[in-house]
Amino acid sequence: MTELKACPFMRLHPDDNTLVARINADEGTKINTDEGQVQLSRMIPMAHKIACRHIKSGDVVLKYGMPIGVATADIAPGEHVHVHNVRSAYTPSVVLHDADAVS
Amino acid sequence: MIEGWLRQDGRKGIRNSVLVAYLVECAHFVASEIVTEFRGQDVQLIGFPGCFPNEYASQMMERLCTHPNVGAVLFVSLGCESFDKARVSAAVGASGRPVRTLVIQKAGGTKATIKLGQDWIRSVLLEIDNVSRTPLALSDLVIGTVCGGSDGTSGISGNPAAGRAFDFLVAEGAACIFEETGELIGCEEIMAERAVTPELGKAIRESVLKAERYYQTLGYGSFAAGNAAGGLSTIEEKSLGAYVKSGSSQISGLIKPGDIPPCGGLYLMDVVPDGDVRFGFPNISDNAEIVEMIASGAHMTLFVTGRGSVVGSAISPVIKICANPETYRALFDDMDVNAGDIIEGHRTIDEVGQEISELVYAVAGGQQTKSEQLGHREFILTYKSFEPIGPACLPNLHA
Repeated sequence: MTELKACPFMRLHPDDNTLVARINADEGTKINTDEGQVQLSRMIPMAHKIACRHIKSGDVVLKYGMPIGVATADIAPGEHVHVHNVRSAYTPSVVLHDADAVS
Repeated sequence: MIEGWLRQDGRKGIRNSVLVAYLVECAHFVASEIVTEFRGQDVQLIGFPGCFPNEYASQMMERLCTHPNVGAVLFVSLGCESFDKARVSAAVGASGRPVRTLVIQKAGGTKATIKLGQDWIRSVLLEIDNVSRTPLALSDLVIGTVCGGSDGTSGISGNPAAGRAFDFLVAEGAACIFEETGELIGCEEIMAERAVTPELGKAIRESVLKAERYYQTLGYGSFAAGNAAGGLSTIEEKSLGAYVKSGSSQISGLIKPGDIPPCGGLYLMDVVPDGDVRFGFPNISDNAEIVEMIASGAHMTLFVTGRGSVVGSAISPVIKICANPETYRALFDDMDVNAGDIIEGHRTIDEVGQEISELVYAVAGGQQTKSEQLGHREFILTYKSFEPIGPACLPNLHA
């Protein structure tokens, strides 16, 4: 971990294109991303994710250095990464109680 | 340098406990009354409640009663239950440990059995004081990990820190076990790539598919709305949060409850029964998972909790790693490690991982964990059925 300890977000793995909030981060908080400083456009709750660089629609979303899904829209640095712009890449034989219905 | 108790099979214990094991629920009360007399001493209660025979339970009891942390065993039988007490008692005797079986129906009932049991334990406590001590290294240890009472912090502080500790312990030659294939759905490809052989990778993939089928039959939802509210976006992400407890070492084997790792390395335990769904949920509580890792030789268990579990375990100490800083403050007396420091930015994942590794060494050397100090000795064993593992599961053994 190389980021400042005071930052409300943590990078779990060097390869990640997401950062995880360790506390609730207020709207307007300035965040250093891989592509420069941005301001949060909304409050990000603890344990939620933001992009730390541009993620294109169709790109793999990485956390822990591992794929957690596929982006369903272009995501800008600092933007909330969640069920509205990520889908599971896993194709189980049953329909999961997926998070698509939850915003 | 630290020391352990040397057992006849070459394994080394970090505790020298006397077990009192009831072999059916009908003998539970008598067994627990025997133990009550020895509060503050290392005399612990375990047991199996069922009256009907079950091969899994027999094997588990045999493994638990010959665990390196165990110095002697007293079995308490009602008399008419199906449990094969002669077999389990012979196994304990063959391991060089003092063993005694009391049958309530023959001993003269409750009072007489309690007295006989307590008299035997008083003498055996002196006897096992003489078991040889021997130098102990991290490479002598088997360490398990579970998570329970998880919340949004578990996957970003406690579990990654436990994973760092696992990386260190595996590098030192310890055998480390992670489990709960039902919570690893979506991780099977990543896990398979970490396997030491392609055949083991295939076996790992199949074990997760088996878990998925099993939980489907039970109607167990894998991803709920609450997970999304907690910040998890996909089933893969949820599973990875638990999976990171395993660290980043290669996976040396796939074992089932009671299989003892043949050498150091990282092992996945398949806890989901084989065959048709027969006895309900694979593990009905966290302690059921802990007991299975102990049966596979775990000297201690790393337990990551977010909401705050307070349990310990019989036989092997539990190190509780609290992922959530607020929970840590609320349940301070029950927690061994504050991984919540990672959430609050006071310490890094590596720093907490190092604290866990150091604590493993200290506990191996005799330091009591919080749950041990408080007297927690939870234990649960229920019905299950397994097929033996295939030859691909332990490549180092069959090479």
